[in-house]
Amino acid sequence: MRGTVIKYGDNVDTDVIIPARYLNISDMKELAKHCMEDLDKDFVNRVEPGDIMVAGKNFGSGSSREHAPGVIKASGISCVIAETFARIFFRNAINIGLPIMECPEAARDIEDGDEVSIDVYSGLITNITKNRTYQGTPFPGFMQDIMRAGGLINYVKEKGE
Amino acid sequence: MGMTMTQKILAAHAGLDRVEAGQLIMANLDLVLGNDITSPVAIREFNKIGVDGVFDKSKVALVPDHFTPNKDIKSAEQVKFIREFAMEKDIENYFEIGEMGIEHALIPEKGLVVSGDVVIGADSHTCTYGALGAFSTGVGSTDMAAGMASGKAWFKVPEAIKIILTGSLPEWVSGKDVILHIIGMIGVDGALYQSMEYTGPGVASLSMDDRFTIANMAIEAGAKNGIFEVDEKTIAYMKEHSTREYTVYKADEDAEYTRVIEIDLSNLRPTVAFPHLPDNTRTIDEVGDVPIHQVVIGSCTNGRIEDLRIAAKVLKGRKVKKGIRTIIFPATQKIYLQAMREGLLEIFVEAGAAVSTPTCGPCLGGHMGVLAAGERAVATTNRNFVGRMGHPDSEVYLASPAVAAASAITGKISSPEEVVGS
Repeated sequence: MRGTVIKYGDNVDTDVIIPARYLNISDMKELAKHCMEDLDKDFVNRVEPGDIMVAGKNFGSGSSREHAPGVIKASGISCVIAETFARIFFRNAINIGLPIMECPEAARDIEDGDEVSIDVYSGLITNITKNRTYQGTPFPGFMQDIMRAGGLINYVKEKGE
Repeated sequence: MGMTMTQKILAAHAGLDRVEAGQLIMANLDLVLGNDITSPVAIREFNKIGVDGVFDKSKVALVPDHFTPNKDIKSAEQVKFIREFAMEKDIENYFEIGEMGIEHALIPEKGLVVSGDVVIGADSHTCTYGALGAFSTGVGSTDMAAGMASGKAWFKVPEAIKIILTGSLPEWVSGKDVILHIIGMIGVDGALYQSMEYTGPGVASLSMDDRFTIANMAIEAGAKNGIFEVDEKTIAYMKEHSTREYTVYKADEDAEYTRVIEIDLSNLRPTVAFPHLPDNTRTIDEVGDVPIHQVVIGSCTNGRIEDLRIAAKVLKGRKVKKGIRTIIFPATQKIYLQAMREGLLEIFVEAGAAVSTPTCGPCLGGHMGVLAAGERAVATTNRNFVGRMGHPDSEVYLASPAVAAASAITGKISSPEEVVGS
């Protein structure tokens, strides 16, 4: 996957990714109109399908709302790279099939607007703008299987059959 | 090498003699929980799996508590969807308005969790039940769906931080101050992916309500779970609330920890987390002059009977400062009734506070106390993120019920010592 980077800082919490005041609905496309609203009002106007989100430490902290990775995915973001992820967000992203990658070096070095490509299976991240590469942590096999199946539900179905 | 409490519980539920940190396991679940925000998403995912019913009708709990009593048509539709699912699938633990409460106060009270259990809940504060010596952790809706269908969930076995408590809490200092102190010390990602395991002679001095508060906010340090060693108080609590068999796990002497923290409870002061992160803490002595507009006492963190008793002790015979909105939420119907019988509700109303039926409403800026731009609240809740309780330009200060009640009287963040005297 390849896309333009939209970059944020540390501790981006799920309340700013999708404020709870909108969670009386659960349609991700509808909710995506408010994605990142309390942190970056302009996000919904500038995001393009395939864009890559890059952030600092503890991305997705706070609430367990799956709506958070859900709206990021529904906004067209193809992958999130961060120094670290909060654990529930990490799980949720894998379970719904939103590619994510932990890579502190990439998270620090990549800037807003850079053109980046990612191989989520090998963990290799290439900054095309800066002509640099970074090695992210690839998923263990079990999580790759969930990602390949397109998320946990498909994985459970495949296992059951 | 030995195992931590968490590792032993996970090993037992995965049918393994031992597990190691980092190992991926599939564990059997004793309870799968959801609320009115996360369950609609989970039910739609559940329906895609194509199984007829849930894995065990007695081991799924659905608690509509966030936007209930329903604040608008959309929330009413979400709860209707959950209610119909609960009826159709014969879910035994669906709790309707009138018998419900905030899920993390309600579930232990109903005896649905005991020590040694593995619990997942599609709510990040599911870690609360670690107070009972259970492994319980927050997950998303898809995990909840898979858990309801299969009775299993995958886990990466966590490393642990050992927190040794000594001494006992001084007057006006509570479990909330303990956990805010710890989060202030280690940071909002200080326990990322790890267990926070509480042990030491100081544990015995903590009430169950204090332990629930401390375990509840493990997530605010990024932890997978917080867990207390089981003692006589835990066993007494379980016997009072549950008929289920419980198993007690103790960490091995040679269990490995990434970090050991020792805290003398006797040295702690009332502590406040300033906007916009729970680790931005100051003791009450360092707070300075912070005028406020609203006080919220309640939530899954601090809406239990002891929290209400301490608030009543501060508010009794006093008046909320004119212009300060004070809203008090007993966390369950049982706590509400108990507070009524003890005369606490009368104290609150006479002081000029509003008393509400149980709901998560204000904590997440849902309803029942949403903040306008520029407003400040002192809240006994768990998060002070940007926009958490309303407008993105409002501010939330996290504190104990004692500090919140004292602040209601003075109109600025205040110490109960100052208001009541020590």
